[in-house]
Amino acid sequence: MEISGAEIVIRCLQEEGVEFVFGYPGGAVLEIYDAIFKQDKFKHVLVRHEQGAVHAADGYSRSSHKVGVALVTSGPGATNAITGIATAYLDSIPMVVISGQVPTPAIGLDAFQEVDMVGITRPCVKHNILVKDVRDIASAMKKAFHIATTGRPGPVVVDIPKDITLARAEFHYPQSVSLRSYNPPAKGHPGQIKKAVNLLSDAKRPLIYIGGGAVLSNASNQVTELVKMLGVPATNTLMALGAFSGSDPQNLGMLGMHGLYEANMAMQHCDVLIAIGARFDDRVISVPSHFLSSPKKIVHIDIDPSSIAKRVKVDIPIVGNVRDVLDEMLALLRQTGARPNAEHLASWWKQLEEWRSHNCLKFDANSDIIKPQFVVQTLYEITGGDAFVTSDVGQHQMWAAQYYKFNKPRRWINSGGLGTMGFGLPAAMGVQLANPDATVACITGEASIQMNIQELSTCKQYHTPVKVINLNNRYLGMVRQWQEFFYGNRYSESYMDALPDFVKLAEAYGHVGMKIERPADVEPALREAMKLKERLVFMDFITDQTENVFPMVQNNRGLSQMDLPPHMRHLQQGTVAKERDYGNLS
Amino acid sequence: MRHILSILLENEAGALSRVVGLFSARGYNIDSLTVSTTEDATLSRMTIVTSGSDDVIEQITKQLNKLIEVVKVIDLNESDHVERELMLIKVRSTGKDREEMKRMADIFRGRILDVTEKTYTIELTGESSKLDAFIEAVDRTLILETVRTGASGIGRGERILKI
Repeated sequence: MEISGAEIVIRCLQEEGVEFVFGYPGGAVLEIYDAIFKQDKFKHVLVRHEQGAVHAADGYSRSSHKVGVALVTSGPGATNAITGIATAYLDSIPMVVISGQVPTPAIGLDAFQEVDMVGITRPCVKHNILVKDVRDIASAMKKAFHIATTGRPGPVVVDIPKDITLARAEFHYPQSVSLRSYNPPAKGHPGQIKKAVNLLSDAKRPLIYIGGGAVLSNASNQVTELVKMLGVPATNTLMALGAFSGSDPQNLGMLGMHGLYEANMAMQHCDVLIAIGARFDDRVISVPSHFLSSPKKIVHIDIDPSSIAKRVKVDIPIVGNVRDVLDEMLALLRQTGARPNAEHLASWWKQLEEWRSHNCLKFDANSDIIKPQFVVQTLYEITGGDAFVTSDVGQHQMWAAQYYKFNKPRRWINSGGLGTMGFGLPAAMGVQLANPDATVACITGEASIQMNIQELSTCKQYHTPVKVINLNNRYLGMVRQWQEFFYGNRYSESYMDALPDFVKLAEAYGHVGMKIERPADVEPALREAMKLKERLVFMDFITDQTENVFPMVQNNRGLSQMDLPPHMRHLQQGTVAKERDYGNLS
Repeated sequence: MRHILSILLENEAGALSRVVGLFSARGYNIDSLTVSTTEDATLSRMTIVTSGSDDVIEQITKQLNKLIEVVKVIDLNESDHVERELMLIKVRSTGKDREEMKRMADIFRGRILDVTEKTYTIELTGESSKLDAFIEAVDRTLILETVRTGASGIGRGERILKI
């Protein structure tokens, strides 16, 4: 029996087991929306802005390991989705975004609400497809889900002209898809894995460097087993928080631009490094030559060959799925019993503990003003490290990453690659829908939250009781920090004047609002909010305006040349940022 | 260093723009690009002449391989290969220059395709450097128009790029 293209789209989504479609209707997708009206297999979530739809699908995917699906109309609907698509692309999140397109005969005629979606998304998708025949919809959809989820995951856009959704065809959903030009690698090369194991057993100062790939490939158990079996230290990137428990003593914490002192020092001074699904990006290694100036051997496990030797040359590249490679590595380690020399390891740990003893995250806990770190730390304590935490981008994001110890993977949801302000709230919505009984907190700032604050309305409609933790310092905090450090305290356009009354705003959207101004009120307020399990609570914490994120590795500096917090200035190599002039910033 | 990359890709709408977009987005050079279908109508063969350090060429190759529609990529410079480019060049040929142009075309084994009282249109094939040499050899002021296809390349002997 022939059915319409729109119905075929719906049937494809059902075949893929999609639970939620995040979207916004418009002219070009009216047929699809009509078909949605007539079905009840999946739920549609009506957002308030298309960017919110894509971020929500993204948060849904990150927290559940399922594919996020968004549906937007042509033209402005499509362009509004771009930031969300680019966010997912930079963090390798499997998503399928369906966009409407003007009817085929109108394409290229500057039609109403026409934009070349395939052209405009080309640099920020894993793949995209313009469907030109109703008979191709099913295969295009199958291909989209296949490409999005295999190899290094990523978003795929399927652009469907309106006349194609009206045309009719038989529906056959392909059971499998085989593309001669796309065969992502799976298993790593056994010879390389053997070499890596040998290198590890000869190491004096080994370190495991865990990246987002470990989360994406669900390799948390394997990573944990490797670290425990070898008794070696581990550090994780911003994207990997929770892949290895944040409260495990062998975890040195996050590394990079705002990484912990002990993690950055270990990264610089290790002699054997095992990089697992990490890509040595510029927020981790600012200056590759400085990083390599302390001699080390590097093993790099990654599913994407182009991630290897892109910024840092490595000695043993292993291309393959992180989890499969680690399984083989663990089997080999069990079989051979090869372990690093215990004596060397003990003296390495002695050094690591010395670095750790400086407690680089110490902050003034007795302040009269609420310290943002204190809020995150208290949230961690009362949720036992078990909440899902989304964040926006800036200082609050770094404090969330530093002070909330994630003990499980897929609990920390943030835009690491693109650094998208406005990500946190819509992502939290998606997380809550994927995990209806879980505690979901969105740690944000008064600037970021306003970039997608309209989604408070969506949260109301779909009963997503997110706890919004607004660290309100009245500044674009990270911009202000850079201006303080590098631009002679000239706070150009970084002060947020005329802020709304967030309590009233939350109430206007039908939520609970709280304003917290004294440190003593932080814990009781958080506890009270957590008790309101069915409600979204918007907590406006009025925090210290001048707090900075430390440690900090400036651009064009080595990992061991961090700017350290005041209590560690005696360890500072070179001058502190504030005290010198800088050029060449990025 | 100059490299000639040979790419086999799906003959689909948009595949070319993905390749070109990759080069511009990542700041790689394209000195020349040729593309056409092969004996298998579902496949296109592209030759890109680019330049960069070994590290850059390695990244270009890896990034090209990541494109879903790219089937295979080889760097022809890795072994013996043949390279040819075609040029059509229209030159002013009057008076004493007329005989001189004919002689230059013969020396470079060119063919004169079109003759008018004042012009010759010459066809030349060869390595790109040979075409450069021809342009250098004739009086610049006499060149009216040049059209070059960009280099096409193929491996020598048993080295075959095929699926």
